[in-house]
Amino acid sequence: MSSPPASARTGSRPARRTLPPGLLFALPFLVLFGLFMVWPMAQGLWMSLTDASLSAHDPSFIGLDNFREALGDEEMWRSLGHTLLFTLFSTVPLVAVALGMALLVHTGLPGQWVWRLAFFAPYLLPVGVVSLLWLWLYQPDLGLYNHLLGAVGLDGVAWLSDESVAMWAIVLATLWWTVGFNFLLYLAALQAIPDHLYEAAAIDGAGAWRRLWSITLPQLSRMTGVITVLQILASLKVFDQVYLLTKGGPNNSTRPVIEYLYDVGFTGYRLGYASAISYLFFALVLLASAAQFAVLRRREKQS
Amino acid sequence: MTTTHPPLHGTGETTPTAPGRRRPARGTEPHARRSPALGQSRLARVLALAALLLFASTWLLPLGWGVLTALKSEQDASDPEHWLWPRSGFTLDRFSEVISRGDLPLWMFNSFAVATAVTVLTVAVSAMAGYAFSRTLFRGRRVLFALTVAAVLVPPQLLIVPWFRQMITLGIADTYAAVILPQTVAPVMVFILKKHFDSLPRELEEAARIDGAGHWRVFWSVLLPLSRPMLAAVAVFVFIGAWNNFLWPFVSTSDPNLMTLPVGITAVKNAYGVQYAQTMATAMLAALPLVLVFLFFQRQIVKSVATTGLGGQ
Repeated sequence: MSSPPASARTGSRPARRTLPPGLLFALPFLVLFGLFMVWPMAQGLWMSLTDASLSAHDPSFIGLDNFREALGDEEMWRSLGHTLLFTLFSTVPLVAVALGMALLVHTGLPGQWVWRLAFFAPYLLPVGVVSLLWLWLYQPDLGLYNHLLGAVGLDGVAWLSDESVAMWAIVLATLWWTVGFNFLLYLAALQAIPDHLYEAAAIDGAGAWRRLWSITLPQLSRMTGVITVLQILASLKVFDQVYLLTKGGPNNSTRPVIEYLYDVGFTGYRLGYASAISYLFFALVLLASAAQFAVLRRREKQS
Repeated sequence: MTTTHPPLHGTGETTPTAPGRRRPARGTEPHARRSPALGQSRLARVLALAALLLFASTWLLPLGWGVLTALKSEQDASDPEHWLWPRSGFTLDRFSEVISRGDLPLWMFNSFAVATAVTVLTVAVSAMAGYAFSRTLFRGRRVLFALTVAAVLVPPQLLIVPWFRQMITLGIADTYAAVILPQTVAPVMVFILKKHFDSLPRELEEAARIDGAGHWRVFWSVLLPLSRPMLAAVAVFVFIGAWNNFLWPFVSTSDPNLMTLPVGITAVKNAYGVQYAQTMATAMLAALPLVLVFLFFQRQIVKSVATTGLGGQ
C-alpha cells in the first residue's frame, strides 16, 4: 500500500495503517468473490436494463423494456413451465425412492458396500457419460429398454422424440443419476437415530411395522424436509441432462428456462434480454428458498 | 456445476447428523450391524432382500448394458436380432481404438488439472476466509459474512452470460484460467468451514497465543491439523463437482485442447454418433476414474457427501 498523505492520517491511530489480520485472511476469498460473483451479478443487472448483445455495437439503456418483454414472452413462460414441471416430477421420486433405498439398506442385510456402490455410483458419473449412456438405452430400434419391452411383447416407445414421453424419460434418467446422493443423506440420518428408542419400543412389544411408523419416520422428518428443500432448489436449475438428451426438444417441449436463456444469450446474441430472464428466474429461486425457509422454521418450532 | 446437487442452504442450526465430532456418522462403517428397526422376522428380511435386489439390479442394469455394448463389434452392437449376445464374440478392440485416438486421455488430463486447481484454490481460500470470519475481528466482518451466506443462493448457471463477457474483458477467454477461476468462488464452503472452526474448542489456541503465536501460526499449526477430516470432506466434494461440471467449461472453451472430460465426450457424440460400441467404450472409460476412486475411498466419500452435501446443516 502506498502511504497516505500526512494530512489524511491525523485522525486515525497509527495501527490502522496496515490491514487488520482478519481482513488479510479473508482477502483472497473476497477478491475472487468480488471479481466472479459480485461484479457479474452487478453487470448482469446492468445488462438487463440495456440492449447489450454479442455483436459489436455499444449497448444503450432501455430501462425495464427487457423485463416487460419477458413477462409477455410465451416461450419464456413455456420454458419456465417445463422447469417447474420437471421440479415437481423429479422431486417426489428422488425423495421417496431415496428413502426406500436407505430404509432397505439400513436393515443391515449383508452386502452393504454392494448396495451403496449400486445406488451411489451413478452420481459420480459426469453428465456427459450419463447422457451418452441413456441416449443409447433409449435408442428406439437398438436400445435396451425397447428390447426389454419387446421381450415381454410390448411395443417400443419413442422415449426422447415423443412429446408426451420425453419429459418422463428425462426424469427417469435423472432419478437413476442423482438419487444416490439423497440416499446417502438418509442413510446417515438413519444411523443417527438413537438405539434406545427402538429398545424401549421393543420392550413395549411394538412390531417392525409399528416401529417404522412411530419411530423411524418421525425421527427422519427433519431430514426429509432438508432433502426436499435441497432437491427442489437443485431441480429448478435443471439444464445439462435435458440439453444433452433432447436439446430441449422435441419441439421445445422439454426446454427448461436455463436453456431458454442460454439460447437467447448465446444463439440469439441478446445478452441484455438473457440477463433480464436470469434475474426473473433468480427471483423465483429466492422466493422458493424463502418459502422453504419459513416452512422449516415452523416445523422446528413445533418439535 | 453438475445440475444435480450444489450443496446449499445454511440456516445456522446443527442437526444430530451434522459433521459433529462427538457423533461420528456410523454410515462409514463397512458393515452396519443389524438394525433394530427390522427385528427378527424372517419374512421381513426375505422381503427386504428381494426389494433390495430388485432396486440394485435396476440401478446396475444401465451400466451393465453400457459395458456389454462396449465389448462388442460395431456390427453386433447395431444388430437388432442378437441384441444381447454378440455373434462374433466379445472384444476389447473398441477400448484400444478409443485410447489410441488420444483425445480421451487429453480430456482426462484437462479434467484432472482443472479439478485439482479448483480444489486446491477453493479449499485454501475458503479455509482462510472461514478462519477470518470465525476467529478475527475487523470492520465490516459481519456484513461481508452476511453477503457470503446470501450468495449461497445464487445459481451459478445464471452467471454464465456475465462471466463469458468478463473473460473477454480480462483477456483470459478460452484459457485454463477462464475455466478454473469462476469455479473457485464457493460461498457455501466458506460457510461450512466457518461453522466448523466455530465448533473447535479455543483452549489450544489460547495456549499457543500465550506462547506468542500470531494468527498465521494459530491457523496453520493449531486449527488446520485439527480440521483434516473436514478439509478432506470439503476437498472431495469440490473435486467431484469440478470434475463433473459441464455448463461453464462447455461455454468458456472453444479450443479442443482445453476441453474437459464432460465436454469432450459429448463433442464426440456428435462426431461419431452412429458408432454405438465405440461411444460406449468412451463413456465407460470416462466413467472409470471416479468410480475407481469411490471403490478405494468409499468411506471418506460417503462421509464427505453426508456432511458437506447438506451445506453444514
